[in-house]
Amino acid sequence: MEAVTSQPLFDLNNRRLEYQGKTVLDNLSLTIERGERVALVGGSGAGKSTLLKALREQLPNQVAWCPQQPGLVPMLSAFHNIYMGALNRHSFLYNLGNLIKPMPAARDEVSEIARSIDLEMQLFSSVDKLSGGQQQRTSIGRALIQRRAIFIGDEPVANVDEYQAERLLKLICQQHQTVVLAMHDIDQALQFCTRIIGLKDGAIALDAPSDQLSASDLAGLYDAA
Amino acid sequence: MLLNTGSNSLDTSASALRKTSFWFAAIALLCLLCADLDISTVDPWHELSLMAAGALSPSVWSWPTLLSSLANTFSFALQGVAVAAIGGFILALGYGYSVVRGFCAFIRSIHELFWALLFIQITGLSSLTGLLAIAIPYAGTLAKIYGELFEEVDLAPARNSPAAKQPLTHFFYTVLPMAWRPMVTYTSYRFECAIRSSAILGFVGLPTLGFHLETALGEGHYSEAAAYFYALLLLIGTLRFWLQKRLLPIYLLAVFYYLPPHAQISWDLVARFITEDIVPAPLRGEALFTASTFSEFANWFSLLWQQQIWPGLINTMVLGQISLVFTGLLALLLFPLNSPLFFRRWGRTAGDGLLILLRTLPEYLLAFLGLLILGPSMLPAILALGIHNAAIIAHLVGRYSEELSLRGDANRGLNLYFYEVLPRIYRQFLAFLFYRWEVILRETAILGILGISTLGFYIDSAFEEFRFDRAFILILASALLNIGVDHFARHIRLRLHLKTTPESL
Repeated sequence: MEAVTSQPLFDLNNRRLEYQGKTVLDNLSLTIERGERVALVGGSGAGKSTLLKALREQLPNQVAWCPQQPGLVPMLSAFHNIYMGALNRHSFLYNLGNLIKPMPAARDEVSEIARSIDLEMQLFSSVDKLSGGQQQRTSIGRALIQRRAIFIGDEPVANVDEYQAERLLKLICQQHQTVVLAMHDIDQALQFCTRIIGLKDGAIALDAPSDQLSASDLAGLYDAA
Repeated sequence: MLLNTGSNSLDTSASALRKTSFWFAAIALLCLLCADLDISTVDPWHELSLMAAGALSPSVWSWPTLLSSLANTFSFALQGVAVAAIGGFILALGYGYSVVRGFCAFIRSIHELFWALLFIQITGLSSLTGLLAIAIPYAGTLAKIYGELFEEVDLAPARNSPAAKQPLTHFFYTVLPMAWRPMVTYTSYRFECAIRSSAILGFVGLPTLGFHLETALGEGHYSEAAAYFYALLLLIGTLRFWLQKRLLPIYLLAVFYYLPPHAQISWDLVARFITEDIVPAPLRGEALFTASTFSEFANWFSLLWQQQIWPGLINTMVLGQISLVFTGLLALLLFPLNSPLFFRRWGRTAGDGLLILLRTLPEYLLAFLGLLILGPSMLPAILALGIHNAAIIAHLVGRYSEELSLRGDANRGLNLYFYEVLPRIYRQFLAFLFYRWEVILRETAILGILGISTLGFYIDSAFEEFRFDRAFILILASALLNIGVDHFARHIRLRLHLKTTPESL
């Protein structure tokens, strides 16, 4: 267990965050401790993605990143897109060989992840032939293979069905010590996260442990300003 | 999907491109086995060091000669492109007809140097020859580009618009205005090419920069050659500063005043050239359709085929294939120089500057330099074609990569290149390369004039021996080869769904 006095994992102090030159969040102060599972909620344009980006940039080498636009390489297989998260762990020549013909060890490692995200069947098809949900799972796979302690995801399960979403969220929470997710499904947020941060009108409108909140407490975040 | 169960083989959009690339590379490797790549000079480094010394100490021996050859180079290019633009525009209006398309394909499949060699026989080393040698093939190219642009922007037939009932009004009010900008952009790019062509026409005797370059290089006066060389670079490099649209009419008047297209034409000679000189020897003055004429012609042709056409074709294709693949590899190596994903700001400006410089060097001149250094073999030709064409493609692929947006946690360095960028640009890269294929092959044929035994070698020898009938047949053979490759490239582009709209190529 960490000592109580230890530094918080993420620490934003009176920050102003911009998106495309416009201030989205102002005077923002926020700390996140190791081991927390945080859900960011709020209407679209509230600044969730901007905040996630700022958090990732604080610890770029410790964060497994799962952005809203997955940025997959469409003409390559799901296998290669997932493996992209592990390029740094291997030599360049191994990576090059694996690009030409999947290496046995890489195949085993990626297959195991594909099994856990239910993508085994499509593993060797190119991403441009996959559905939106399958692409999103590929993107999660790319984050999982990094085997990092922190997971930051921007609506990581928005395009998959409810049943699968719950399985994936469970998996993400199991495999990472700290999780920060932007979410629009309030029930999922309450179910999987320990802390809810609500954004509205360029500021934090709500920040509380999820066991003290109910779905109705969050409804106000989505009212028109 | 279910059928895919358990399949471990890759089924990706990239695999079709990979397969095509593999076969192209494999054929190029086979070609390498039968290509002559020897370095036959005793000490290539010595010649290279002399050239480098010359490049560092350019000296102008005669300013009037330099300036007049510079003016001639510019004049031929501008006149040629102006006439080609008008001719190409008129041809483009009929581009829907396959006859017109075929005609355009034919005139552009013959290189400007071959046109020059033909016209020199009729109009001599005159200003008219220079103009026609550029205007004819360029008209064929511009007609294709304009025609395809018109087709692309012409939505009236699809929309069944009332304008379609008044074709001319429709054309001038909707099609032309929409196609105008890309037409201007492309034509101005072709003008840069025309300056290179014009300079190169000097190698067959016209009074442009190439004439003095060849003389100076041939005699080992590298300082003098360097001066002409820098003049050419300066001319092309500064075009965008002084060749402005407003001033164009003035420049046009100036070049036609300075170098009026003119030739002393003896019509008897013209008539003889067409009705006699280029007619295959066994058919001259003989009664056609008799058994003896036919068998003599058959003998004549089969001898020509065995000794010149076939070896010329094979060597042209071997050299063309190796050069194509080498160009592709070099372009993939070089494009990061002009890509914001790999170099930012000054780095990229410098990188793209290098690509533009390499693009500015005419491949014919590069090959000539290569021959002086390495001796006659396919090696200098491959290097010259590769460097020039790869720089063009790398510049375009680099610019295309601007459109890619990478994730915040994208990989770096070689991993970024091979996993994230190369697959994304590869389709566009192949489209550019296959566009360039026809051009590479045309240039491959022409490099024969320098002594590499492609079709150009036999064509040039035939001209030297005044065997115009042979030259004519050989030029036809090279034209057919180019048309065939153009068709094949188009077929591959369609099959691989490569973008087929014209770029600055």
